[in-house]
Amino acid sequence: MNESTASAQPIAAPAPDDTPVVTFRNVSIAFDGPPVLQDISFSVAPTETRILLGPAGVGKSVLLKLTNGLLRPDRGSILLFGEEISNMPEESLFPLRTRAGMVFQEGALFDSLTVRDNVAYQLIQERVPDDEIDRRVLKALRFVQLEETFSLYPSSLSGGMRRRVAIARAFIRKPELLLYDSPTGGLDPVTSTTIIELVMKERDVYQTPSILVTHRLQDAFTLCTHRFDADLNRMVSLPQGETDPNTTFLMLEEGRLIFDGSLHDLLHSENPFVREFLE
Amino acid sequence: MATYTIERTAKQLVLTMQDYSLFAYRAFMNLFTEPRYWPEYLVQSDIVGYGSASIVLLSGFFTGGVLALQSAATLSQFGATAVTGQFVSITMIRELGPVLTGIMVAGRNASSMASELGSMVVTEQIDAMRALGVDPMRKLVTPRIFACISMLFFLTIVADAFGILGGGAVTVFLNHQDGPQYFSKAWESLRYPDIIQGLVKPLFSGYIIASVGCFYGMRTTGGTQGVGRATIQAVVNASVIIILVDFLVTRVLLALFPPL
Repeated sequence: MNESTASAQPIAAPAPDDTPVVTFRNVSIAFDGPPVLQDISFSVAPTETRILLGPAGVGKSVLLKLTNGLLRPDRGSILLFGEEISNMPEESLFPLRTRAGMVFQEGALFDSLTVRDNVAYQLIQERVPDDEIDRRVLKALRFVQLEETFSLYPSSLSGGMRRRVAIARAFIRKPELLLYDSPTGGLDPVTSTTIIELVMKERDVYQTPSILVTHRLQDAFTLCTHRFDADLNRMVSLPQGETDPNTTFLMLEEGRLIFDGSLHDLLHSENPFVREFLE
Repeated sequence: MATYTIERTAKQLVLTMQDYSLFAYRAFMNLFTEPRYWPEYLVQSDIVGYGSASIVLLSGFFTGGVLALQSAATLSQFGATAVTGQFVSITMIRELGPVLTGIMVAGRNASSMASELGSMVVTEQIDAMRALGVDPMRKLVTPRIFACISMLFFLTIVADAFGILGGGAVTVFLNHQDGPQYFSKAWESLRYPDIIQGLVKPLFSGYIIASVGCFYGMRTTGGTQGVGRATIQAVVNASVIIILVDFLVTRVLLALFPPL
């Protein structure tokens, strides 16, 4: 961690009256054993990016799947776009989920479909005309700099390319919320930086709120200390000591939320687990 | 300890049956509400119907042949080799055609459905589909069930026809009996209840094959090893249930259409 990161101060806070896109209230879940998540409460404001930190197996992916109703909590309530989803029937959840994009850990692309059909999956279901699909897919692939993969199958792509196609698939319908499940896990540093740059681009260009799960501190700090410059078409460092005000942190330990705050608060936390994780 | 194990196994069995019943009911009822995925149904019909035609045709042909061989040997003791055609056609149409086709298709398609859906589960493709706002039950399971039901109906007719043909080939070329007599006996002895019995059974078998295959595929856990386990469970359970349901359906149909 460098000096500018350690002394980071948020330049402004999100508007306090903004209605949260996601709200967790005392959420708990277990799978045939001890609870995986216990009494989790937090919210995601519009335009806010929440970085969910924690060691492997602590329940980060479970929390993400609870957010869009892929899993149901045993207790507590979850509000997505202002609607209570913890007991909502699956049929009613589908239209809500189409408003949120999700990038899975390994991409979760459909093996039997080309990149074009993977990215256009939702558009095909909505029976959008083919010409428009091609145009929008190309635009989405251009966003992740993978236009040349249009007709390829996922099996011929590298791990990093698959994640980028998954990002294009999540972005194509201009979602109101993005959920990233370890998008850089298992990738080399250069590819990880490319992915983080894409996340930043979506955050800064489209102002889409998101929850990003990661255990890589480097990625989290890069997101906080950089912004995407649309003119240069690349990320640039924020001035010394400044951090992105809309990028905040959550940290899980043994299924409990032990930290919720800004980078500044995280770096100055007295919690021994947070300190150990950072060091 | 043993009591605990028995209790746990019994609970597991009841829970699995409950889950399967709900799963199969939901998949069936999806056909009556939007959205329906007809292209998916056609693709699956091609995979199940055209893809299984060769194995069904061959197994039907040779089963009919074996029936003719075995029955001719026994019937000759009573001087009744002339009824070989009747024996083969009734046995094929009422029983062996539907059951053999069911088991052959279960071996081929219940396994492929379980492994395909199981792989999709462990690679999070099913979750991705749900996250994209598409119901995997409607998109993947319901078309497979209806493709399997409709294709098994036609495959059974193919198996029956080739079974009778196989019996005819053995009768003429190996047993050196009269071919026209074989085929006229095979035709004359058939009654509508026989045909109804033979064509009702594949509807049940088709439903069982696809619903069991998809059920085990969709509840796969434990990575690639889990996919293998799901595939075995799907084939074994589908085959056993087909035979069990065949017995029950036969019992009911015999009560409805008693033999003369």
